[in-house]
Amino acid sequence: MTDRALVVVRAGALTTVQDRGRSGHAHLGVPRSGALDGPAAALVNRLVGNPPEAAVLETTLNGCAVRPRSTVTVAVGGAPCRVTVDGRPVAWGAPVRIPEGAVLEIGSAVSGVRSYLAVAGGVAVDPVLGSRSTDLLSGLGPPPLADGTVLPLGQPLTPHARVDVAPQPAPPAELVLHVTLGPRDGWFTQEALRTFTSRPYRVSASSNRIGLRTEGPALERALPGELPSEGMVLGAVQVPPDGRPVVFLADHPTTGGYPVIAVVRQTDLPPTAQAAPGTPVRFIPVRRH
Amino acid sequence: MRVLPVGAGALLVEVASGAEAQALHAELLRRRAEGSLSVGEIVPAARTVLLDGLADPARLAAELTAAQVPPAPPRARGVIELPVRYDGPDLADVAAHWGVAEREVARIHAGTEFRVAFCGFAPGFGYLSGLPERYDVPRRATPRTAVPAGAVGLAGPYTGVYPRSSPGGWQLIGTTDAVLWDHARVPAALLSPGTPVRFVPVGHP
Repeated sequence: MTDRALVVVRAGALTTVQDRGRSGHAHLGVPRSGALDGPAAALVNRLVGNPPEAAVLETTLNGCAVRPRSTVTVAVGGAPCRVTVDGRPVAWGAPVRIPEGAVLEIGSAVSGVRSYLAVAGGVAVDPVLGSRSTDLLSGLGPPPLADGTVLPLGQPLTPHARVDVAPQPAPPAELVLHVTLGPRDGWFTQEALRTFTSRPYRVSASSNRIGLRTEGPALERALPGELPSEGMVLGAVQVPPDGRPVVFLADHPTTGGYPVIAVVRQTDLPPTAQAAPGTPVRFIPVRRH
Repeated sequence: MRVLPVGAGALLVEVASGAEAQALHAELLRRRAEGSLSVGEIVPAARTVLLDGLADPARLAAELTAAQVPPAPPRARGVIELPVRYDGPDLADVAAHWGVAEREVARIHAGTEFRVAFCGFAPGFGYLSGLPERYDVPRRATPRTAVPAGAVGLAGPYTGVYPRSSPGGWQLIGTTDAVLWDHARVPAALLSPGTPVRFVPVGHP
């Protein structure tokens, strides 16, 4: 019997297990979590023949290195990076066979932030509330990878895809986030609403899986005080007391008391996973259909 | 009742009071159970209920604006009893805020019928309402960097129990051994929105 597992050789700055998250539990205070760049995670899964809900590894900026205990098929996507097996370059964005005991090194992101590693069979840590995702806000799911962590793998289901290199969107040079205003746009001055939808912001280095923080002009409140806590959605643009908009990402709190000026269109969210600190951000208002 | 659109697939329904929010939440759960409401998440909070993952929010918004919400059913589920030792480090401060003797805090608190108004902050953390408004207390001026799991605290109109050790600014009045959150248990959360709760004093010093 083969030992289907990955040994973490170099955990990297922050590498977590992610799948499509644990939605449906927000009323218990449980964040949805899940891969920040969902399309990238789905693509690498497809490349190795996994179903879209299989768990993958999500790296942050400087990749990671793993050693499989048996021969496995993998694919790396998301943020473009150098990929090597025992030091020899192999394809990014394509299925690659890694011999038992060889070291797969996922290098630093050349552009973008988060690379994704899918392994045929998926990462098979025990699910929590139906998901294997690491949730950095609440601590549910497996802890972030550490050097020496051993991750069990599932059995591969289907033969992997026959492609050379799968096309993937380049990380954004500028984040264009289409937003619908509200529900709490009335808490801001007209001037603040004009500023929000016309002036450039930049991605702050303090961004994480909980929120994309921005730097730029502060948004002034028309109403003082705090809101009673209310439910928060993915993509909510919350404005804390410093006036700089924060876009809520997968690990966002389920309730909050700072006013939400707008909500980002869901299809514009995956690129936020790849927007490095300093990337320009524009919020473009759109009408609700 | 005010219905605010949230992005393309959600609605935030705002009402005038916590009691109305609980009644609205109960009504929305009833509609989902009977199959007349299809929604991903129903998230109650202090004065609102968020409906996320709606196919046609505009239609539901029009329907809800015209709807009458019946009062929350008084006893939909059994009471959860939480054994508590009233030994918290902020008992004296809370007694001072309330203008009562320390031992009276325990008597008043344990004599109150609570209900989980909503959850948030951490998995399994319930905001319990039930204390009269005159017993509202502010958060501590300086939050503690570590509040132990099982600590029973007060903030604003709410009582809460920390499911695990975390930083926190609530005024701590006691400790419970009840396990608020265990993801290996079904259900993982001991308290969910709408659950009636009573604190039962144990181990009187």
